[in-house]
Amino acid sequence: MSILNLKGILTPLTALKQMGKEPHTINFPDEQKNISKIYRGFHHNDLDLCIGCGNCETICMNDAIDMISLAEIAGEPGDSGLRPRIDYGRCCYCALCVDVCPSGSLNMTSEFMKVTPDPYDFLMTPGKDNPEAVDKLSFTADMDTSLNLFDRVPMRELDPEERVKSFAEVFLGYNEEEARIEANRCISCGLCTENCPVHMHIPEYINAIANADDEAAIKIIYDNNDLPEMCGKVCTRRCEDVCALQVRGEAVAIRWLKGYATTRAENAEMIAEIVKPEVREPNQYKVGIIGAGPAGLTAGYYLALKGYDITIYEAQKDPGGMIMYGIPKYRLPYDSIQKQVDYMKKMGVKIHFNTKVGKDISFNEIYDNSDAVFMGIGLQDAWSLGIQDEDAEGVWSAVEFLGKANAGETPDIGKRVVVVGGGDVSIDCSRVSKRFGADVFQSYRRRIQDMPADPEEIEGAEQEHIHIMPQTIPTRVIKDEKGHVKGMEYLKAEMVSEGGGRPRPVAIEGSETIIECDAIIAAIGQKANYELLPKEIADKLEMVKDKIKVNEDRLTSIPKLFAGGDAVKFGNSDAISAIADGYAATKAIDKMLMGK
Amino acid sequence: MTREKETTLYLGPQHPGITGNMMIKLKVSGDTVVSAETHLGYLHRAFEKLIERRNWLQSFTILCRFCVPEPDPIELSYALAVEKLEGRAVPERADYIRTIVAELARIQSFLLWYGGQSGSGGLYTLGQWSVGDRNYILDLFEDLTGARIYHMFMWPGGVRRDLPEGWVDKAYRTMDYLEKRLDDYNKLLFDNAIFQKRAQGVGIIPKDKALEWGVVGPPLRGTGIKHDVRIDEPYAAYDKIDFEVPTYEGGDVWARALVRRDEIKQSINIIRQALDNMPGGSYYNRIPNPMKWTVPAGNAWAKTESVRGEIGFYLVSDGSNKPRRAHLRGAAYAHGISVLEKILPGENIADVSFILNSLGVCPPEMER
Repeated sequence: MSILNLKGILTPLTALKQMGKEPHTINFPDEQKNISKIYRGFHHNDLDLCIGCGNCETICMNDAIDMISLAEIAGEPGDSGLRPRIDYGRCCYCALCVDVCPSGSLNMTSEFMKVTPDPYDFLMTPGKDNPEAVDKLSFTADMDTSLNLFDRVPMRELDPEERVKSFAEVFLGYNEEEARIEANRCISCGLCTENCPVHMHIPEYINAIANADDEAAIKIIYDNNDLPEMCGKVCTRRCEDVCALQVRGEAVAIRWLKGYATTRAENAEMIAEIVKPEVREPNQYKVGIIGAGPAGLTAGYYLALKGYDITIYEAQKDPGGMIMYGIPKYRLPYDSIQKQVDYMKKMGVKIHFNTKVGKDISFNEIYDNSDAVFMGIGLQDAWSLGIQDEDAEGVWSAVEFLGKANAGETPDIGKRVVVVGGGDVSIDCSRVSKRFGADVFQSYRRRIQDMPADPEEIEGAEQEHIHIMPQTIPTRVIKDEKGHVKGMEYLKAEMVSEGGGRPRPVAIEGSETIIECDAIIAAIGQKANYELLPKEIADKLEMVKDKIKVNEDRLTSIPKLFAGGDAVKFGNSDAISAIADGYAATKAIDKMLMGK
Repeated sequence: MTREKETTLYLGPQHPGITGNMMIKLKVSGDTVVSAETHLGYLHRAFEKLIERRNWLQSFTILCRFCVPEPDPIELSYALAVEKLEGRAVPERADYIRTIVAELARIQSFLLWYGGQSGSGGLYTLGQWSVGDRNYILDLFEDLTGARIYHMFMWPGGVRRDLPEGWVDKAYRTMDYLEKRLDDYNKLLFDNAIFQKRAQGVGIIPKDKALEWGVVGPPLRGTGIKHDVRIDEPYAAYDKIDFEVPTYEGGDVWARALVRRDEIKQSINIIRQALDNMPGGSYYNRIPNPMKWTVPAGNAWAKTESVRGEIGFYLVSDGSNKPRRAHLRGAAYAHGISVLEKILPGENIADVSFILNSLGVCPPEMER
């Protein structure tokens, strides 16, 4: 190359032509940068929407997120009370926390500048430290972009036309593939565990199912629930009410997953083989249990594992109490309960059937011969409708009607049935009546959306062409000359809102209507029957309204007498609460007798 | 003739002419390099080991740290490897978006290289221009991904977000602008007598040794060997796009620079075609819940043509929710150690940084 490379010297000088041009930088802070609509800057957290599930903390591989408690946030069911605090010395602004936030509360903003001499200022609690940033949300995750899987695997069920012909199970249960997919959705936050009366290890067993280890799942499930297959079919599933995914989508089908896992063990032997619980050496203590319902069975099973000599006294010929005689077989088949009880018997639980305490054996005999007594007697008597001619033939209580149906008998209800009530039991009565071939009308005082029954059950009833008559108040039974029901008179109601409470039904005067029917089933609630208790015990037993008063150990005001289930005030009247009572009493009895 | 004394000279680990924290131990005699030895260890963060401790999705946020100036091809290689393991399909739209992102990444990285290459040759104006223009590409990235440098955008199954409204037009405009600027760059660098004198015949990689030494990318194409993963084993949407792979003979800094210059033009061409033919539909084939996402046992190797040449990810899965082993084969390891040590002897000390810049050496990628 020549030293006189003129072109090579002069051409670069064309750069000089740029000198008069506008710069393409901006003069900060007089001018502001145009920031992307999805800029990944500092976070903002909607503190009210956030449920403290901690999924952001879990996904963050930089350990930049800590879940901390804030003075202004109190925990509640479905909200751990914790909120994310972010260390911006560690955050890499990847926004995975945003993409996995199930509630959509955590987002990123277009804020990215912070100057401070104090390094601790970079520990920020989004939403609390920068409430104004709510107007600058940029990187967010909507239902489409979120990494959460919001849609539940649908449960297959029998066709409505087909299922009213028999008592075959309506829900067919997940198959293996469905269960794996559904289990995969769980984010293991544990909010469910907190809200479950028994505090079952839900994330753990779902994880086992997701990992295709069903046996591990069964083992985990039986750790604190002895009737999980029942819960896997008919539980009120408060766990699902607080599932992190239900804030924006559908809750994980915790109940169906439990049902899937537990039905893998086909018989009592298989359960024993898989669960292989640790059984303590027998001790010298005896515990008497009254009632083989969920509460009594639970107390019996876990005490038997701890080496106690357990005897359960049951008035009926089959175990299960209300889950056997109250829940229809299309929801919970006979064999399913029997299988679980057979397993408990294998573990040393003795049950005396057809033994009504107070008649076949006295309460005192049990009490005196036992080191502790647990009473899980349930609610056996029905509340009456309190209307004229209620004593007519053909007026049933739900307990009586379902008891007969579940015992395999065919109650004589004729062709047209009116069921009164709006809870799960009333829906059960309607759907059972349908299966006996009746045309069913269900009278409820309030609107359908006010019904306390499980929406899934209401939907099932509607599919089966059960005529729900909302806002109707029964006023009298109409009977024929033989004293048999031939109809029911009711008033229509309008909903009146008062104060802040839910609207109240008020009868519309002059709206009397008569519906013809062959039977009326009253399903408006049950109460306990304490006739089994001798007078001196009954007098001393402290009550709260009509329920037995117990402390948190489920100990009554009588020494060494524990109680649980529907007859105590604790919790809602459902099977899982009864199991929780039985489990809590187990621990208390063990502590009382063994000191541990 | 008296033999001059050999002196040991440590270039780096912190030195403006070094492309990251690494050190070259030079033995010099006068101004001439007698031998060179690359020393690493200043940046080691055990990326590959860290990946083993993270689940399949979490890993993707550290992938971009392998190489600051071009994080995207590494993300893409990882995503391709996971998809191979899983047999996960990628929507066509995602393939096109990936192609655009990969080419934008190429252009912005070359613009940064312009700065490094010209700066280490003593020409500073071009660097300021090209790094300024690079920001227009970063603006596109910011609009598309939410971040300018570490995009964390191409994950298994597709891309993270769809093209935002107005983005396509902005991308066309940016391409038009850049195309015009390339002439100015040309005048400042390739027509410049200083650059010509310093680049021609310097840092020669012999054509017959290039493949043996593991040279890839522009340095390989600068020896006249036409090798490009985008053509040889197309991924993303490259098989549906018409483009050329420029090659130059010579194997010196000059040839490598010419390859890069021409590749920017090709990248603009590729981006335009991808924008023209952008299919509709989904941009993302959803992965399962990342917390419980397991990948079938097996191993997979996926490679892409990064800015610096072929890079590949090797992943081994034992069927769990974390990779059992992850390994990155990048261009920098061969270029920065074996090639550099072989071609430096005989060169002038002043050209060491100049040659280093022309090889595309990214120290964090060597220290995986």
